[in-house]
Amino acid sequence: MSSPNLSAASPQQFYLTSEHHPENGTMLGFWIYLMSDCLVFAVLFAMYGILGGNYAAGPGPKDLFELPTVAINTSMLLLSSITYGFAMLEIQRNRKGATLFWLAITGCFGAAFVGLELTEFAHFIHEGAGPQRSAFLSSFFTLVGTHGLHVSFGIIWLITLMVQVGWRGLTPENIRRLSCLSLFWHFLDVVWIGVFTFVYLMGVLR
Amino acid sequence: MQHSELIHFLFGRLSWDSIPYNVPILVYTFAVVAVLGAALFGAITWYGKWGYLWREWFTSVDHKKIGIMYMVLGTVMLLRGFADAAMMRIQQVWAFGGSLGYLPPEHYDQIFTAHGVIMIFFVAMPMVVGLMNIVMPLQIGARDVAFPFLNNFSFWMTVAGAILVMMSLFVGEFARTGWLAYPPLSGIAYSPDVGVDYYIWSLQIAGAGTLLSGVNMVVTIVKMRAPGMTLMRMPIFTWTALCTNVLIVAAFPVLTAVLVLLSLDRYVGTNFFTNDFGGNAMMYVNLIWIWGHPEVYILILPAFGVFSEVVSTFCDKRLFGYTSMVYATLVITILSYLVWLHHFFTMGSGASVNSFFGITTMIISIPTGAKMFNWLFTMYRGRIRFDVPMLWTMGFMFTFVIGGMTGVLLAVPPADFELHNSLFLVAHFHNVIIGGVLFGMFAGINYWFPKSMGFKLDPFWGKVSFWFWLSGFWFAFTPLYILGLMGVTRRLNHFDDPSLQIWFQIAAFGAVLVFIGIVAFLIQLYVSFRRREELRDVTGDPWGGRTLEWSTSSPAPEYNFAFTPVVHDQDAWADMKKRGYQRPEQGFIPIHMPKSTGAGFILAVLAMICGFAMIWHIWWLAPAAFVAFLATVIIHSFNAHRDFHIPAEEVARVEAERSRLLAQQA
Repeated sequence: MSSPNLSAASPQQFYLTSEHHPENGTMLGFWIYLMSDCLVFAVLFAMYGILGGNYAAGPGPKDLFELPTVAINTSMLLLSSITYGFAMLEIQRNRKGATLFWLAITGCFGAAFVGLELTEFAHFIHEGAGPQRSAFLSSFFTLVGTHGLHVSFGIIWLITLMVQVGWRGLTPENIRRLSCLSLFWHFLDVVWIGVFTFVYLMGVLR
Repeated sequence: MQHSELIHFLFGRLSWDSIPYNVPILVYTFAVVAVLGAALFGAITWYGKWGYLWREWFTSVDHKKIGIMYMVLGTVMLLRGFADAAMMRIQQVWAFGGSLGYLPPEHYDQIFTAHGVIMIFFVAMPMVVGLMNIVMPLQIGARDVAFPFLNNFSFWMTVAGAILVMMSLFVGEFARTGWLAYPPLSGIAYSPDVGVDYYIWSLQIAGAGTLLSGVNMVVTIVKMRAPGMTLMRMPIFTWTALCTNVLIVAAFPVLTAVLVLLSLDRYVGTNFFTNDFGGNAMMYVNLIWIWGHPEVYILILPAFGVFSEVVSTFCDKRLFGYTSMVYATLVITILSYLVWLHHFFTMGSGASVNSFFGITTMIISIPTGAKMFNWLFTMYRGRIRFDVPMLWTMGFMFTFVIGGMTGVLLAVPPADFELHNSLFLVAHFHNVIIGGVLFGMFAGINYWFPKSMGFKLDPFWGKVSFWFWLSGFWFAFTPLYILGLMGVTRRLNHFDDPSLQIWFQIAAFGAVLVFIGIVAFLIQLYVSFRRREELRDVTGDPWGGRTLEWSTSSPAPEYNFAFTPVVHDQDAWADMKKRGYQRPEQGFIPIHMPKSTGAGFILAVLAMICGFAMIWHIWWLAPAAFVAFLATVIIHSFNAHRDFHIPAEEVARVEAERSRLLAQQA
């Protein structure tokens, strides 16, 4: 919109004689997509808010949640956000190798997060506290699992982008894609802070 | 592995018994569809058009072609949706006293469910999105949408959803739950068959397409307007498109999420909406209406936009109250999120909650009323031309006001306690959806058809279609208002009281009139195509239009505008005409355009296969199709050849051809 030609345009100028280049909308588009994704999480949080106390005579948060595990898990994800930030800084310096290095570290933290979460899930299911047990557990597994699924797709995306950066280098397209993934990754971090507080901390207090 | 186990592994729940060959109606329908389908495929093959269709249409990322394909989808599905409506009308006029009619309850229930789902998701939505695709980028002076590939993908996802719904007719069955599939009825305990699964997966796939299309169009409008087109210089249709797409982005994720939860209940055995283990079915009703109420505004806002464009064009005046029109649209957009509970006043939320939602609902009639007055004042002292789009607009104003008034009546909670779930409600929402959305789409089709196809639609058959639709609508739904006031509930397939029968006979007569209206529309398309040389529009501006889409040729060239327009006023094209704009005939430059790709089509096919496998519990195929889907996305992301330049000589050739036609005309 902020076309330099416009200020110079006389009232009689009805068209541009050079090619019009609107600003690229990818970041805006991805941001809007993230906000819609945020609404999916809002629905899942609302479900947990409504159903989170319906234990159906089964185990509740106090019986199940082990905060030390969750603390490690949370730190994995928070650290991965920091290392992604380092990768973005290396892009600014146009250092491909260092970018790839920090992306790989980010991926490892992400994988550790997902791994710990799956271990926790397996443990709950083994104890008879699977998603079918009560509405509380249904909404718990769905909220936390949806977040974990997002992180898993983020890791697949991360690997794809690492291949693309390795192949074509830090081209404008690749930087744009890495910026989108960066938004996605930090967004998941923010959602997790909500999960950590609302589900785990408040759950143990309940 | 045993033989039967192998079969079960390969085909899941699918077996020969899933084909309803013992239901004569379905067998005849299948025969007709098969014959027509074979004829269509045969004709395309005979004329050797598959390559043309694939290259020029299926893989096209051109917003104008995608828009036309959406309109074709909407029209085809309108025939299916109307067939369902006609079957219901026949059943209800027939099944009185001793007679049970011809549709057993389990079939009748599928029909009213399919009718609602199809009319909303696969008729109204494709038409609205299609019209926005065709018109909006032209109105803002853009070359295409922000993400052209995504646009193609969104379209094919909508088609994939539509195909799944159609497939349920002949393979298995459709949901018997009503169009919003409330649990616990839609839960696995009460609907163990594939019907609800068809419902879930067709909506999930089409909904994903709609959401992406919403993101796409918001970015297009925000980022790609021609220089000088400030927000308050945008045409009203573009404003309504912006608000509608914001609503899509803010409402469809809720539908996706709530359908995921219902699927988990059905597939995994979770307890979100079950009656035991702490589930709460009311949450489903809440959430689905948090999507569902904005959805009706998603449909009606673009129709309001169409009427605004049509009224100002056919009255040769600037729209009265442009600014108030914009604010009315924005207020409706926001209020549409604050009223969802009026869909279930009777479910016991309490008096204060009901009052809040009753009042917000009534308040929506204020901005809507403001719009109505703006249109009336535009017509006042205007030089009105009664062309077909204007007829639809006036038919809308007359019809919609009454639909709006019955809506305000239903918004009063005590009245709603009497009228909810009755035929009065059915009459009300048909009154606003047919009288608003559908009339708007017909106005839009008649108005913008020359811009998309290069020739006008035949006015005689257009008028026939209009008058039959208008009178048919009132004959079909006035009796339903009356029956509803008498307390007749919706979704019944048999009546005991013979005194009611006369009203259903009148309603059935109305359906016949609507049928003639639809046939007249199809004849209109056919006749116009035959007479296309007489009806051709070489000026690009057949109606004396006021907005930028009329400044380019009809049909618009691939690149829309040889030079990007510069906007100085509202109604940019009217301003250009008034101040002596001369069309440039030289100095053309190469134009940067996106390339066609088949990736969207392939992805949608894979999504459809994945959905089908999930419906039939084919546990090897679903993950396989999903992995293939992901792999295709990744492979497509490696494709770097996404754009090309139309050479300046080609632009010059196209523009010279237009100059020649214009000179010939003069």
